[in-house]
Amino acid sequence: MTPFTTLESVAAFLPEQNVDTDAIYPARYLLLMERDGLGPYLFRDRRYLGDNKRNDGFVLDREPFTQAQVLIAGSGFGCGSSREQAVWALTGFGIRCVIAPSFGEIFAGNAVKNGLLTITLPEDIVMQLGAAAERRAVFRIDLETREVHVDGERVASIDIGDNRRAALLNGWDETDIVLREDGEAIAAFEAQHRIAQPWLFQEADT
Amino acid sequence: MTKTLYDKLWESHVIRTYDDGSALLYVDRHLMHEVSTPQSFIAIEKKNGTLARPAANLAVPDHVVPTTRRDKPIADPLARAQTQRLVENVARHKVPFIPLNDPRQGIVHVIGPEQGFTLPGIVLACGDSHTSTHGAFGCLAFGIGASECGIVMATQAIRQQRARTMRVNIAGERGPFINAKDIALALIARIGANGAAGHAVEYAGPVISAMPMAERMTLCNMSIEAGARVGMIAPDETTFAYLEGRPMAPTGEMWRRAIDYWRTLSSDADAAFDREITLDISSVEPYVTWGTSPEDALPIGGRVPSPDEVAEPTRRTRRERALAYMGLKPGTRLEDIGIDVVFIGSCTNSRIEDLRAAAAVVEGRRVAKGVKAIVVPGSGLVCEQAEREGLAQAFLNAGFEWRQPGCSMCVGMNGDTLSPGQRSASTSNRNFEGRQGIGGRTHLMSPAMAAAAAITGHLTDVRKLAATRA
Ligand code: SF4
Repeated sequence: MTPFTTLESVAAFLPEQNVDTDAIYPARYLLLMERDGLGPYLFRDRRYLGDNKRNDGFVLDREPFTQAQVLIAGSGFGCGSSREQAVWALTGFGIRCVIAPSFGEIFAGNAVKNGLLTITLPEDIVMQLGAAAERRAVFRIDLETREVHVDGERVASIDIGDNRRAALLNGWDETDIVLREDGEAIAAFEAQHRIAQPWLFQEADT
Repeated sequence: MTKTLYDKLWESHVIRTYDDGSALLYVDRHLMHEVSTPQSFIAIEKKNGTLARPAANLAVPDHVVPTTRRDKPIADPLARAQTQRLVENVARHKVPFIPLNDPRQGIVHVIGPEQGFTLPGIVLACGDSHTSTHGAFGCLAFGIGASECGIVMATQAIRQQRARTMRVNIAGERGPFINAKDIALALIARIGANGAAGHAVEYAGPVISAMPMAERMTLCNMSIEAGARVGMIAPDETTFAYLEGRPMAPTGEMWRRAIDYWRTLSSDADAAFDREITLDISSVEPYVTWGTSPEDALPIGGRVPSPDEVAEPTRRTRRERALAYMGLKPGTRLEDIGIDVVFIGSCTNSRIEDLRAAAAVVEGRRVAKGVKAIVVPGSGLVCEQAEREGLAQAFLNAGFEWRQPGCSMCVGMNGDTLSPGQRSASTSNRNFEGRQGIGGRTHLMSPAMAAAAAITGHLTDVRKLAATRA
């Protein structure tokens, strides 16, 4: 996974509540089995009319927001389906950070595994940041110092657990960490679980 | 220390805790389907890894499979390739598999319980947000993304943040035709699509105790539409009666030991929840949605609301957008909204009880002219039972199409879609923009309400339609 340390960029503002993962990445593209190169399908049905005709009004298609690495949205961003493609499409487009008052939980979990930072801030602050984004302010997101700067001024701090922060800063892969650090603990738990609830292990485990 | 059901399920699966309050949980069961896992298998194989416990998984194709002509190869090359990929992946890793043409095939959240793969007291994960469905059996079940599927497959464990707890007490007396779907929509309309975010919801109270498993699953299924990753109901005699004799459920001495344990899985009498609400359903009427979020739900007697009622700007924008997308004008009576398509199916409402409720409404009536109506049973076993009970014939006589099992028009990945501008009455769980096809307009409701809409050609109070028969 790509590590996340700091970034500096304009931010795109999508002032809507409950932007769901079907809107972020329409279901029909789930037939693709890749995880890279999904950027063109991000918000596909907002950016295109039908399958191929461009609808240029969408914020991510307007300059300078085509270059935005930060997206600011209303509460409930990423609610709905668990599809990780919603995250892969955002990162594929170049978005590395989403700021919103709240997130769909599964989306937020998927984000951290792909180097996408989600920042949760109170509604009024998010709206102020949205207004700054619209006047094309430059956002600086610094995960080392846990700070958000707008046009050089510190506007918010990033409230994030140590584990998530470390995983993002280092670009860690969770499977590797769990197998390396906790393999024995898992085996020990399983042995005891087998005694406590033996009916869960009746199958021919190989 | 008194404990909630969630506490008991959580604590019995903690392998270790981390400083930030998260924990590594043991995962007893993982359900796979063709859409959630191709990237997960690739990730594991890149590391030369294997599955920790293949037999703890169960795989089935459901999302992209056609609901007609199963005797032929899948026509869409992408859907065919994705289904084939699952076949190859599970063969290589020796994962228990239910193939497409097996009578047990169906939607993951229907077949898990049906096969007894879902059991009380377990942690169950699946790459699908409606995994909350399985919580109806008193287990900790939640949806995960493809990376997490890979982690679970490789390690049999997953890191999770502990949720806050919320109890929803359902009280009162149900009126005629009021179904778990109406209760779920009424709840989401009240607390919002984000209303239970960060919480594990336990449904409790006399209405729940009296509820059959199918409706408990409908309710837990819709928890994610209220923002909760987890919905749960304590297991009881209804749960045990449903599970006894299921193919993968324990038997004999093991069954007796399991039941003894499962009986301990309820919230202690004085357990404290972070949040508690009570929903009195005595006055709940049949609900339908008018917009593009499940929270946009109203009793069928209502009218399309106006954006002017909302002051807060992002909410107001969303409502304006919803009305424009749905092609609706504020003030329109919901019952005056005409529909083109009826879909009875999905992991929310495709079980035999759902089909019985819908069939009872259509029996002896005809689908309105110009309306296309399809029934997609949740599994092959539901399909067979419905055929035995004469439900399939009742639907066919009324002018419905009777299909093969799968997700179908719930997500529109298999070619069963709405055309732009078409409007559906649907028993599924999401009315998001484009969910049933680009430009498709979805109204969510119960099976009986969808059946009534099929008959009249517009959103209809099933209670009024039923009264015309008397
Ligand atoms: S029926 Fe719909 S909600 Fe349920 S698993 Fe299938 S696509 Fe998902």
